[in-house]
Amino acid sequence: MELNPYFEFIPSALANTALLTVSALSVGVALGLVVGLARIGPVGWLRAGAAVYVEVIRAVPLFVQILYLYYGVGYLIRKIYVPSPFVSATVAFGICYAAYIAEIFRAGFQSLDRGQAEAARALGMTRRQAMRHVLLPQAFRNILPALGNEGVALLKDTSLASVVAISELTQVGGALTNKLYKPFEVWTIIALCYLALTLPLSWAVRKLEARLRVRGAAHPA
Amino acid sequence: MSAAPLIRLNDIHKSLGGKEILRGISLDVARGEVLCVIGPSGSGKSTLIRCINFLEIPDRGTIEFDGCVVRPDQPLDAHRARVGMVFQRFNLFPHLSVLDNITLAPTRVLGLESGRATKRARELLDRVGLSDREASWPGELSGGQQQRVAIARALAMEPQAMLFDEVTSALDPELVGEVLAVMKGLAREGMTMLVVTHQMKFAKEVGHRVVFLEGGRVAEEGRPAEILEAPKTERLREFLGHFA
Repeated sequence: MELNPYFEFIPSALANTALLTVSALSVGVALGLVVGLARIGPVGWLRAGAAVYVEVIRAVPLFVQILYLYYGVGYLIRKIYVPSPFVSATVAFGICYAAYIAEIFRAGFQSLDRGQAEAARALGMTRRQAMRHVLLPQAFRNILPALGNEGVALLKDTSLASVVAISELTQVGGALTNKLYKPFEVWTIIALCYLALTLPLSWAVRKLEARLRVRGAAHPA
Repeated sequence: MSAAPLIRLNDIHKSLGGKEILRGISLDVARGEVLCVIGPSGSGKSTLIRCINFLEIPDRGTIEFDGCVVRPDQPLDAHRARVGMVFQRFNLFPHLSVLDNITLAPTRVLGLESGRATKRARELLDRVGLSDREASWPGELSGGQQQRVAIARALAMEPQAMLFDEVTSALDPELVGEVLAVMKGLAREGMTMLVVTHQMKFAKEVGHRVVFLEGGRVAEEGRPAEILEAPKTERLREFLGHFA
């Protein structure tokens, strides 16, 4: 197969997939932390709201959520704001993944020894200080492998963004197939591109996890 | 010891999980006094000292500290900052080095500048005999060493009183001595201490007064020699029999 000029699109498609993953994961982790904290927090209506959020989002297909946000909500707010497909998809992925990540954070906090919060409060720290300096760093370490897995899953799910015409790998794969009539070659390359992103990511997560384990060396008591 | 008590408990009641743990405890702790609290498990010893820094909020009764009633509906952080506490299971922060465990609260709560906090932490580590371990992680230390770091961490806040909640109960027997030695040193320097303990020898040697709790009430109290050697009640005699 001679190197076709169309394949110049591949590097930018790779970059778009990576960019979409990183931005959506950032939204998902930030929002997931907030929702996760709300779920275990002291405020009753926040707890209930967070629980409903998690249940509803997890019960609707991600594909539909992407369409809903871009076409549905996009149509509704078209006079105030017209989001780019990229922004719309980032928000849709972020909202969806936040529901899963919130559950991971919740489990992460609940797995911490109660004595950690007590020791922090006994030293005069406020709730917020205890959270920020004592609980969150430990919870984050505990959930890092799970977060990494969400990252890998999200990276693969970004292929759904092709439906709102973002030039990420899958969308470009489809376009190239139509132009070149070489589906086997094109989709092999696209699949290899995903592997080139996911395998190093999985590896990096495992590496980081191992490093944190050695440094912490331990258990609270 | 001046006349006004540093800590005064008035008729403290506390239930946990539907069970009444404390049934009206009134107690004064003078400045510089070492008060040892003994009693069978479930008698409310831990709950009692956890009420003093409001890790447990009393259901009824008041706690005065330094002449003022501490109100649980107000932020308690300032009160907790002046009362140090050491736990049975150390509760060091496993993600921070020994030095950072000690400097965290002084820098964040008291706003101490980091250089000064580090200097103070090193002095305290020296005092508990762990100068060479400041860069270690808690998980790399023995139980006795962890507990000494926990004491240093509490002292770094320059508290007016220290609460010790069975601090040697989770330790191997050969590590108990090093922790008690640090506590003895503190007592000698005049720190006000409430010590929940099963170490009767420590209570006798270091305590100024011993309180025997039973069923959430003060069953007996007095000088260590009286309480530990000439118990008045049958129940205390029986309890002390376990340690003979």
